[in-house]
Amino acid sequence: MTPNKYLWLIPMFPLAGAAINGFFGRHSSRKAITAVALTLCGASFVLALIIAAGFSSASAPYYFDLAHWLRSGDFHADFSFYLDQLSLVMMLVVTGVGFLIHIYSVGYMWEDDGYYRFMSYLNLFMFFMLTLVLAKNYLMMFIGWEGVGLASYLLIGFWFTKDSAASAGKKAFIVNRIGDFGFLIALFLLIKHFGTLDYPALFAKIQPLSPETAGVGLLTSIGILLMVGAAGKSAQIPLYVWLPDAMEGPTPVSALIHAATMVTAGVYMVARSHVIFERAPSAMTVVAIIGTLTALFAATIGIAQTDIKKVLAYSTVSQLGYMFMACGVGAFSAGIFHLMTHAFFKGLLFLAAGSVIHGIGGEQDMRKMGGLRTYMPWTFATMGIATLAIAGIPPLAGFWSKDEILARAFDENWVYWLIGLITAFITSFYMFRLMYMTFGGDYRGGSAAHDVTHQSADAHAMHDKHATDDTAHGGHGDHSHGEPHESPWVMLGPLVILALLSLFGGFVGIGDRFEHFLDPVFRAPVEPGLVASSREAASKTIEYTLMCISVTVAGFGWFLAWLLYSSKPQLPARIAERMGNLYKAVANKYYVDELYAVLFVNPLIDGSATVLWHGIDQGVIDATVNGSADAARRVSDEVRHMQSGNLRSYAGWVAAGGALVVAYMVWMGIR
Amino acid sequence: MVPLSYYLVLSGILFGCGVLGFLIKRNIITIFMSIELMLNGVNLSFVAFAAQWHALSGQIFVFFVMVVAAAEAAVGLAIIIAVYRTRETLNVDQVNLLKL
Amino acid sequence: MLHLILFLFFGTLCVAGAVNLLAHTHPINSALSLIVVMASLAGEYLLLGAEFVAAIQVIVYAGAIMVLFIFVIMLLNAGAEEHSGGSRIAILLGIPGAVIGFVLVAWTVLFHANTVSVPIGAEHGGPTEIARLLFGPFLLPFEITSVLILIAIMGAVVLASKPEAIAKRQPHPVSSETHELAGAGKGR
Repeated sequence: MTPNKYLWLIPMFPLAGAAINGFFGRHSSRKAITAVALTLCGASFVLALIIAAGFSSASAPYYFDLAHWLRSGDFHADFSFYLDQLSLVMMLVVTGVGFLIHIYSVGYMWEDDGYYRFMSYLNLFMFFMLTLVLAKNYLMMFIGWEGVGLASYLLIGFWFTKDSAASAGKKAFIVNRIGDFGFLIALFLLIKHFGTLDYPALFAKIQPLSPETAGVGLLTSIGILLMVGAAGKSAQIPLYVWLPDAMEGPTPVSALIHAATMVTAGVYMVARSHVIFERAPSAMTVVAIIGTLTALFAATIGIAQTDIKKVLAYSTVSQLGYMFMACGVGAFSAGIFHLMTHAFFKGLLFLAAGSVIHGIGGEQDMRKMGGLRTYMPWTFATMGIATLAIAGIPPLAGFWSKDEILARAFDENWVYWLIGLITAFITSFYMFRLMYMTFGGDYRGGSAAHDVTHQSADAHAMHDKHATDDTAHGGHGDHSHGEPHESPWVMLGPLVILALLSLFGGFVGIGDRFEHFLDPVFRAPVEPGLVASSREAASKTIEYTLMCISVTVAGFGWFLAWLLYSSKPQLPARIAERMGNLYKAVANKYYVDELYAVLFVNPLIDGSATVLWHGIDQGVIDATVNGSADAARRVSDEVRHMQSGNLRSYAGWVAAGGALVVAYMVWMGIR
Repeated sequence: MVPLSYYLVLSGILFGCGVLGFLIKRNIITIFMSIELMLNGVNLSFVAFAAQWHALSGQIFVFFVMVVAAAEAAVGLAIIIAVYRTRETLNVDQVNLLKL
Repeated sequence: MLHLILFLFFGTLCVAGAVNLLAHTHPINSALSLIVVMASLAGEYLLLGAEFVAAIQVIVYAGAIMVLFIFVIMLLNAGAEEHSGGSRIAILLGIPGAVIGFVLVAWTVLFHANTVSVPIGAEHGGPTEIARLLFGPFLLPFEITSVLILIAIMGAVVLASKPEAIAKRQPHPVSSETHELAGAGKGR
């Protein structure tokens, strides 16, 4: 382990930016705010590149102890930073994609009144995320973990005057906290049984333990609890419900936090804890099952959504399921590889969606889009590349990573592979459905010219569109464009860069180069019985067969989308009618939110209101306080009659008191 | 040879009568006279103890008590006159403006 | 024996006077009873040998203070008491309190105090002996009492005089309006 004294600067630059913009941004000019935010975020990125360039596997891992923090008996936890191959990948993804999204946000949020707040929060998020990935112990990671939850809450509820946005922010934070509870208990167990949370020290202690194959032991419990935390942060079943609601936030937020970086923190954490998971096969099975089921479940919901951002949100949940599936079968490096490529194409998808929304004046309903390829060619091209990537069409990035995962899943259990394959089909279908509905056909969103007289039916549709503008698009600003237009280059630039990464970013995985790079992290001295993270000797023919099957399936999904949304657009409605209740269930997200409301939320609120509020707060605490004041008043009410103004009653009291004193003196004297 | 306790009991009776007078009587002047009665009872016990312990300072104290009683009577009666002027009554039950 | 008879004689007079004070409703009767009490107390003092105190009692108490009381009674034309509402507390609490207090004291004095019998004229307190103490150890209190009496005189004069009488004695000029007001207030 070699020290590297510049590691701590990487999170600190964005923190400085957040502080400066937060305290002074209100009265600064937009140019100044932009300069501060972009410079500091960019500095972080440049420094990350420099450190990456100088990274050598021989001297890895690097570390840096910034300051002492907790010392309690034998337990230490310090502000320390750590850089090995895994954190290097994460750091580059976070700073790189983050910087691109900062540039994009300059264009997207320029007209917003809270511009300085937005840039401040974005920088704050970068700080916490970088702390998370560069932490040397679980407690530092937890700081980052909670901090990104906070930043997520602030950014989802950015337009906090809108009720739905504020509620979505609260929902995200609260559901996150449920997961964090599991995470915390896992940390407590680690502290209790191993006495440390420091990665090198802790994993060295766990290394010699043998895997728990019988029943649920300590490591299995820790693993499952860590997975609960990851499920909360990375939106897996059953704690995924906050992510679709989080689309209330501005699109750059969705791109950065809910696609590229924050939601991947769970995957990073599971990968980082692979030592624990490899020795707890039941926990790994749990991870794999949750990931697989979530992937399929979310994908099915995505096919019936009409809001462009909601489709992408469910797609994110589904792709995260893939990453957890990978970790669950022991293919940690495959999961991280997919994390990286997903950051590229999902970030690109969200940014492009933002570009679309920005270009048509705030509309997010895909039924009111269409034909936008002529109005926004660059957005169309980049989004097309991203769609090809996510569908798994070679040779784009998504193909390499998704296929790696499917191959390893097949090695483990063909059921995982089958479900993954079906999910790939559905993914391809709904992504191309999105493309056709948004860019294909003719523009369905009202007349091209902005009609002020409200005479024609088209103008009426436009009026409706503007009405939905205010509800759907919050404070983005009433553009009243009339005609869809392409976004400015400050927004298109990041799109292009991410498109290039989606095109060529997958090539790092060819020939297992990526996996070998991460080997020093994941491949420990292999002991017999351990769930091996190494590749088994699956024959190359099986691998190529699987590859062809998945490409065919993806292509079939594309064909189906073309059929239903391009050549025969009246079919989807008829199919929906035929499916009846099943279609309604899917379109309403299987009523999961309603189920949670009935099971948990409403009983909690009602219980709180009746027991805690009326019962304890009003009945006990208020009653005690008011009651004591009341009692004092009543007592004094009685006592005040003593002052009657009557001389003789005073004399009576004095005589009685005098008798008492005399009695006391006599008694004392007699004793 | 009279036991001293008899003198003290007499003193106590006088004092008790003074207290009872203070409690029972409604005329302010009569109440004042009851106070004088109480003072006299106390004077008697001072003199009695002076006799028992052969300490003349008991009688000196009586002297001073009398002086103070005189001053107090003078001022108190002046106050009674002033109160009578404003409230036109000597009934102590009717001078109760200070009640809550 | 003589001592006891004399003691009982004067004692009965005292108690009778005290009870009489309580019994009558007209203050003048109570005042005259009080004079009887004081005179008998002077007798008791003589039995104890306090000649000077007895003389002072008759001269100051019975002769000056009680006369002052009678003056005030006549000045204010006090009549017999009317029965008024009264205070229940005084009756309920005060009388038992007073009675209990007296019983306790009497009981203690009679059975638990180490008092001795005193002969007639036990402590001779003639003028000589009193004077020796007054102008000796008790000089300071003696002088202070003279100041006290002076203050009492001034206070009594101020308190008892009529309001316009005080206004007249003000050094600075008083406007005619104040005179009129004061005069209007004379009849209340």
